[in-house]
Amino acid sequence: MQHLSLRLTDTSLRDGSHHKRHQFTADDVRSIVAALDGAGVPVIEVTHGDGLGGSSFNYGFSHTPEQELIKVAAATATQAKIAVLMLPGVGVKDDILVSQDNGASIVRIATHCTEADVSVQHFALARERGLETVGFLMMAHSQPPEALAKQARIMADAGCQCVYVVDSAGALVLEQVSERVEALVAELGSDAQVGFHGHENLGLSVANSVAAARAGAKQIDGSVRGFGAGAGNTPLEAFVGVCDKLGFETGVDFFKIVDAAEDVVRPVMPEECLLDRMALMMGYAGVYSSFLKHAYTQAKRYGVSGAQILVRAGERKLVGGQEDQLIDIALELSREGVR
Amino acid sequence: MKAAIVGSGNIGTDLLHKLLRSQVLDPRWMVGIDPSSEGLKRAASLGLEVSVDGAEWLLRQDELPDIVFEATSAAVHRANAPRYAEAGIRAIDLTPAAVGPYVVPPVNLGEHRDAPNINLITCGGQATIPMVHAVSRVVPVSYAEIVASVASVSAGPGTRANIDEFTRTTSHGIEAIGGAAKGKAIIVLNPADPPMIMRDTIFCAIPEDVDPDPITDSIARMETDMRSYVPGFRLLREPQYDAGRVAIFVEVAGAGDFLPEYAGNLDIMTAAATKVGEEIARAASEPAADRHVTA
Repeated sequence: MQHLSLRLTDTSLRDGSHHKRHQFTADDVRSIVAALDGAGVPVIEVTHGDGLGGSSFNYGFSHTPEQELIKVAAATATQAKIAVLMLPGVGVKDDILVSQDNGASIVRIATHCTEADVSVQHFALARERGLETVGFLMMAHSQPPEALAKQARIMADAGCQCVYVVDSAGALVLEQVSERVEALVAELGSDAQVGFHGHENLGLSVANSVAAARAGAKQIDGSVRGFGAGAGNTPLEAFVGVCDKLGFETGVDFFKIVDAAEDVVRPVMPEECLLDRMALMMGYAGVYSSFLKHAYTQAKRYGVSGAQILVRAGERKLVGGQEDQLIDIALELSREGVR
Repeated sequence: MKAAIVGSGNIGTDLLHKLLRSQVLDPRWMVGIDPSSEGLKRAASLGLEVSVDGAEWLLRQDELPDIVFEATSAAVHRANAPRYAEAGIRAIDLTPAAVGPYVVPPVNLGEHRDAPNINLITCGGQATIPMVHAVSRVVPVSYAEIVASVASVSAGPGTRANIDEFTRTTSHGIEAIGGAAKGKAIIVLNPADPPMIMRDTIFCAIPEDVDPDPITDSIARMETDMRSYVPGFRLLREPQYDAGRVAIFVEVAGAGDFLPEYAGNLDIMTAAATKVGEEIARAASEPAADRHVTA
C-alpha cells in the first residue's frame, strides 16, 4: 500500500457557483466554510465560477459581490486557507490584491492549457505579495502530456508553486490522467508540485483523482456533494473515504465531511449535480463544463436542443470563456431548424 | 504626406502594405531594431529607406516624416513620443501607451484630427467600441461588456505579457468613447487549428421598455461605416434583445495584406491607423476655412 499525503482543496464555493448560477449569499458561504473548516478541509476556494471579475453578462452576474463572499469565508475559517481563482483576460491584477486584503492567501491562476504565458505577470505579482500560487491548465484533455508539461514549465518559471492538470470537460479517462500528471512531475521535479482537478462528466472523477495521486499529484480538488459545473466535481467526501481506504493521508475527517455534504451543502444546492445526457455530452465531446447552464438557457430561449449546442461547441473547439458563442450556436441551430 | 513606420514586426509590415495603397500617404521610411526582420527586407524591396537603428536613426535624417506610425511597444512609444513632438511630427500610436487621446475612427476621429499624438486603444476596442457607441447614441447604456475571442497565433508576446493592459484599456475606451456609464472587457485566446477568425460579442445594458428598431438601425449604419475601412468587419447575426440587454455579434476577418485572414484583430488596428493617417493628410491639404469636422 502506498502512503501518500495529499492536500485537498474544496471548490464548491467556486466551481459550484456555476451550478448555483452565481447566486451564493453570505449565509451560504458562512455555513459551508464553517462545516468544511470543521471537517479539516485545508483549502477552500471562494470566487465567482469564472474567477475574479467573472460577474458579467457573459458568465452571469453574482448575487453577492465575490469580494464580500471572500471576506466572509476568511472571517469564518479557523484553520482552512481561502483560495481564489482568476483567469487572465477576465480578471486583472487589482482583483487579486483586493482578494488578499479580504483574507485570501492562495491565488489560483487559470489559463487554457496552451496559453500559460498570459499568467506570467499574475504569478509574479502574487509571489511578490507573499501569496501562495497554483496554476490551472484548463481543458487538459485537449493536449498530449508533453505539450502540457511544457506549459506547466512556463507557469513554474513564473512563480507557480503547484500546476494542476485541470480536466475542465471531465473528458479524461484514468491512464490519460496518470500520463499527464507523470509528465508534469517529470518536468517540474522539485520546482513545483502537481495537482488534479476533476469533473464527473464520464463518472470517473474519484477514480481519476486516485490515478492522479498515484502518478505523483500532491494536491487534489473536489467539491463536497460534487457541487460544481457539468455533472459536478470530484465529490470530496467520497474521495476522502477512498483515501482512508487506500491509506492516503488527507487530514479530513470522513464522518464530518459526509455530514457537511448532507446537512449543510445539499440544502444550498439548487438541485443535485447529475450525470445526465447534457453532462455526458460534455465529457464525451470534450466541452468546458461551465457551458452546461448556459446551454440550457440558450436552448430554452431559442427552442433548440441543448445537447446539440454542446456538441457544436465541441466541434468549434471553443475554450473556457467563450460562453457568448453559445448564443451564436443556438441562433445557427435555430436558423437550420435543428430542434 | 510623408510617412514613417517605426516597428518592423507583423503590425508594422501589414501597415506598410495598407499605406502603399493610400492616395494621400507616402510611406518613405521603415525602421526597426531587428537586423533579421522580414518586414525591413520587404520595405527595402518596396523602395522604402530602412534602418535597424530605430527612431534614433529616423530623427537624424535631413528630411523628416510629417507623420509617424508607431508599432513598437508602449514603453518605446512613451520614450519616442516627446521627440516626435519636438520635431513637429504627428504620431499615430498602435501601442497601448496612450500618450494621446483614444481614437476610434467612426466615433471620434473628427474631434481629435488635430491632436499631435493619437492612440488607437486596442484591437478589441477598435472592433467593439463603435458598436457600443451605435447603441449609446440612441439609448442610454448604463453598462457595456465586450468579449473578444482571438486566435492564439495572432496574439503576440506583447499582448500576452500585458493582458491586463488590454482588459483595462479596452474597458476604459468602452466608457470614454463608447459612451457606456460603465465598461468591461474580456479577452479569450483560442488555439483551434485552423485558427478562428476574430469574433467579438458586445452586450449593452439598455432600458427595458425601449423600441429596438432604432437601435438595430443604428447598429446597421455603424456596420456600414466600419466596412468602409475594414472590409472584413461584419455583423454575424441580427442583434439579440433580451430583458434590458442587447447582444451584438461581429466577426473581423483580416484583409490578408501581410497577416493571414484570421488575424482580424491585427488588421483592424492597421486599418484604423491608415484611416486616421489619411484623414490627417486630407485635413492638412484643405485650406483652413474649408475645414469641417467629420465624424
